[in-house]
Amino acid sequence: MIYFTQKVLKDLKGNLFLNAVTVASTALSVLIFSAFALFFVNVGALANRWVEDARIMVYLNPDAEAETIARLGEAIKSIPDVRGLEFVPREAALQRFRAQLGSQGSLLDGIAENPLPDAYEVLVKVRSWSWDRIGPVAGKIGAMDGVDEVEYGQEWMGRFVNILNLLRLTLYGMGGLFFMGTVFFVANTIRLVLYSRREEIEIMRLVGASENFIKYPIYAQSLFLGMIGGILGLGILFQLYRLLEANVANTMSSSFFEIRFLPVEIAAAVFSGSLLVGWLGCYISLRKFLRS
Amino acid sequence: MTAYGSQSAIIQMYRVAKRYGAKSALTDISLDIADNEFLFLSGPSGAGKTTLLKLLYLGETASEGQIIVDGLNLSRISRKRVPFLRRKFGIIFQDYKLIPTKNVYDNIALVVEAVGVERRSIKKMVNSLLRTVQMEDRSRAFPPSLSGGEQQRVAVARAIAGNPKIIVADEPTGSLDADSARVIMGLLKLYHRRGATVIIATHDTALIRQTGGRVILLNDGYLEVSTVIPKLRP
Ligand SMILES: Nc1ncnc2c1ncn2[C@@H]1O[C@H](COP(=O)(O)OP(=O)(O)O)[C@@H](O)[C@H]1O
Ligand SMILES: [Mg+2]
Repeated sequence: MIYFTQKVLKDLKGNLFLNAVTVASTALSVLIFSAFALFFVNVGALANRWVEDARIMVYLNPDAEAETIARLGEAIKSIPDVRGLEFVPREAALQRFRAQLGSQGSLLDGIAENPLPDAYEVLVKVRSWSWDRIGPVAGKIGAMDGVDEVEYGQEWMGRFVNILNLLRLTLYGMGGLFFMGTVFFVANTIRLVLYSRREEIEIMRLVGASENFIKYPIYAQSLFLGMIGGILGLGILFQLYRLLEANVANTMSSSFFEIRFLPVEIAAAVFSGSLLVGWLGCYISLRKFLRS
Repeated sequence: MTAYGSQSAIIQMYRVAKRYGAKSALTDISLDIADNEFLFLSGPSGAGKTTLLKLLYLGETASEGQIIVDGLNLSRISRKRVPFLRRKFGIIFQDYKLIPTKNVYDNIALVVEAVGVERRSIKKMVNSLLRTVQMEDRSRAFPPSLSGGEQQRVAVARAIAGNPKIIVADEPTGSLDADSARVIMGLLKLYHRRGATVIIATHDTALIRQTGGRVILLNDGYLEVSTVIPKLRP
């Protein structure tokens, strides 16, 4: 292992500038892409917190009898996507409302009769990417006996979720573009390196080195460059994140907007991507180079 | 007497021609080289000596005719097998062809590794080769900083590193002082005694008379004479 690393480093030293360019471009791509991913992850986490909190308010028919209400509760509970259910009597609803109004709660004092109906508050198993599943559940409940109206913030939540999905698509697209762009760029710098080493490669062939014997070290070097680029890009992002985190912690004491770093899987995926950039860049440039 | 003729041929050329565009570099060459032969290719500059050597290790491909090297028919050999053919050879190029960006040690280690010697033996082998050519104290030097004679010795060490069956040397003494030339020729003879077939291209007839052996005379791409010259006794 040490032996191979030494060999790789020795070979890379000969084209310090071009190899540095390869590392820098990979690192920059990784940095930009993963910064966007970081942003998305945090917005997504925020969205999930909201969406998970989303509930369907099932307003009951004022004439519904206790038995109907109980049966309705059982029926709702038996829907697979429902994860919780709470009966909210109209008095409790009014109290809640009053509490929400706070200091202006006295506004309600003038109202003689409680205008609110009894309701079920239904918790649904949805995440931001499966928001679509809440609609059918609400529809099913709405058609049940004793239900007057259902409400689940379909309008604004739906819009928010749509934006989030668009953002996710953009992220994938960006990932693809950055990946291809970097591969192309790296392939070309590697080709320049190969070109500058063509005499060496020709001599190796003349003394009987097999194509694989010539290629493997070049692959090793390219993978190494990709690895360094990935580590650098993610490392810089992590430092920036720590800086930002410190600032946010200073200015906003609320735990509401708590930012976090990329989860391990995404960081690992970005890192693998940078290795793949090295490998593919090498593959492409070698194909072109060895043909000529 | 040299033992050629009685032994099987390691190289056979039959009606071989090589053209570079319209220019004929070699014409109608038929030649057998016996295993463990010590052979000179002689002739004036431009006669086709280098070209003939190149055809043997597929540095160039023949335009016509058939070449068989140690059982391999060069016109049928696949690209993948070319390295296998080349590892039968130890080649001392006229311009040495050392890798300028690798030091002496690494230039030789390259071949030792390429022939598949296991890693822990590499260092020992390279150092022993460097001792053989008396270059052990320059192992960290880079080729451009070496004199012509020193580069030539490194080239010899690299040529014998893979323990080749055939050693090919193109003007090995051409640009060397008498001392270096003697060292090089001594090494070639040593490996000949150890069983290698040695082919030396040279226009230096004095060198041939010093050593003796079969001589192939090329002129303007034609094989003119094949004769045995005895070693000159001083
Ligand atoms: N790559 C080449 N392209 C065109 N002509 C060549 C090439 N190599 C050699 N020749 C020609 O072939 C002839 C033989 O060259 P060469 O084999 O190098 O001779 P020698 O080694 O005996 O001096 C010369 O006339 C030379 O100009
Ligand atoms: Mg020549």
